[in-house]
Amino acid sequence: MTSPERFQAIIDAEDKIEPTDWMPEGYRSTLVRQIAQHAHSEVIGMQPEGNWITRAPSLHRKAILIAKVQDEAGHGLYLYSAAETLGVKRDELQELLHQGKHKYSSIFNYPTLTWADIGAIGWLVDGAAITNQVMLTRCSYGPYARAMVRICKEESFHQRQGYELLIQLCQGTPEQKAMAQDALDRWWWPSLMMFGPHDSDSPHTEQSMTWKIKRVSNDDLRQQFVDMTVPQAEYLGLAIPDRELRWNPERGHYDFGEIDWEEFWRVVKGNGPMNRDRLAHKSRAWEEGAWVREAATAHAVKRAERSARSAA
Amino acid sequence: MTYEVPVAPGEKAELVETTGTDLDGWPMWEVFVRARRGISHVHIGSLHAPDPVTALENARDVYTRRGEGVSVWVVPSTEVHAFEPEAAAEYIEANEKVYRLATTYEIPDEVGQM
Repeated sequence: MTSPERFQAIIDAEDKIEPTDWMPEGYRSTLVRQIAQHAHSEVIGMQPEGNWITRAPSLHRKAILIAKVQDEAGHGLYLYSAAETLGVKRDELQELLHQGKHKYSSIFNYPTLTWADIGAIGWLVDGAAITNQVMLTRCSYGPYARAMVRICKEESFHQRQGYELLIQLCQGTPEQKAMAQDALDRWWWPSLMMFGPHDSDSPHTEQSMTWKIKRVSNDDLRQQFVDMTVPQAEYLGLAIPDRELRWNPERGHYDFGEIDWEEFWRVVKGNGPMNRDRLAHKSRAWEEGAWVREAATAHAVKRAERSARSAA
Repeated sequence: MTYEVPVAPGEKAELVETTGTDLDGWPMWEVFVRARRGISHVHIGSLHAPDPVTALENARDVYTRRGEGVSVWVVPSTEVHAFEPEAAAEYIEANEKVYRLATTYEIPDEVGQM
């Protein structure tokens, strides 16, 4: 059996490709691109929420938010480590992000204006992420699929704490409920955009599905998310900002309105409300954190010398 | 590795190159976690750190935030040796020696559980 035949046989058998296996260059580069973009998204995703750590309304909520932001950093690291099995280095990928050559999920280019946004991010943004990531646990590349299993477990905490936060707001004062509604109004459409362009405008989808990197198409994932989320909004007593949203008994799914694709591409191209801030903040944190990395290296050298001396 | 980064319609396609070169100079460590007493350590991922002590501290923060383990090992990635996949076939035998399997021996029912 030739290497390409062996690769295809593993894919066909629903088995996993592992780092030392032969793989087509396109498979490798598609994964690097996708995993890096995913890792960058986790890391940039710390910013909109980190924004509220000092202003969380109670110690309990502050502790939850810190734990969640720490998880996002962890998710970034699992993913960079999965990417590294493909022959790239974490620092290289970060460098490409800082140079603006790698993208990250556009959702993080929207601002978090009120405390209710923290609830909406957990419920909608993490909910949309889970829909995508549950699919990716079945991805054909072993290290990526395994990272996703860990991430999905933790995302469940993220989504539930967000929804619970919104339940509290919706059962609170009229002002609190209005704040929750306002958050839903602003986050609903950007959350639907997280699934990407229509299948018909997504040129790489077909190849990714053949390689079993992607298992479900953008439009199908988006539909799954809408079907799952509408009843949750009803429970909260909040209105989803879409006049065309209605149950379609023939399809067995909710019909919903068209995304503003102009806005979608505008944000992808770097002109969303927060694109410049997010990237500038990320680069600054990396540069200003240089002393921590240097100190860790110096400390390791010192510790090694000390233990060499005591051994002598 | 050279690859095209995703672009929006109307943007110019851009090629980026990655060389697999470490910029921080910190070695990579493989992390193994024992989920609970009585079972083996299992590989869980990898990380960068300047020395074993820092690697263990980082492993705790990255991989065991929710009591996933009672013990952690870190091993320099360069110290892990493995068969290359092509050579593996020569070393790792397929199931052709079925006489090594307990299930190939027929024991009459009357004998009972064996």
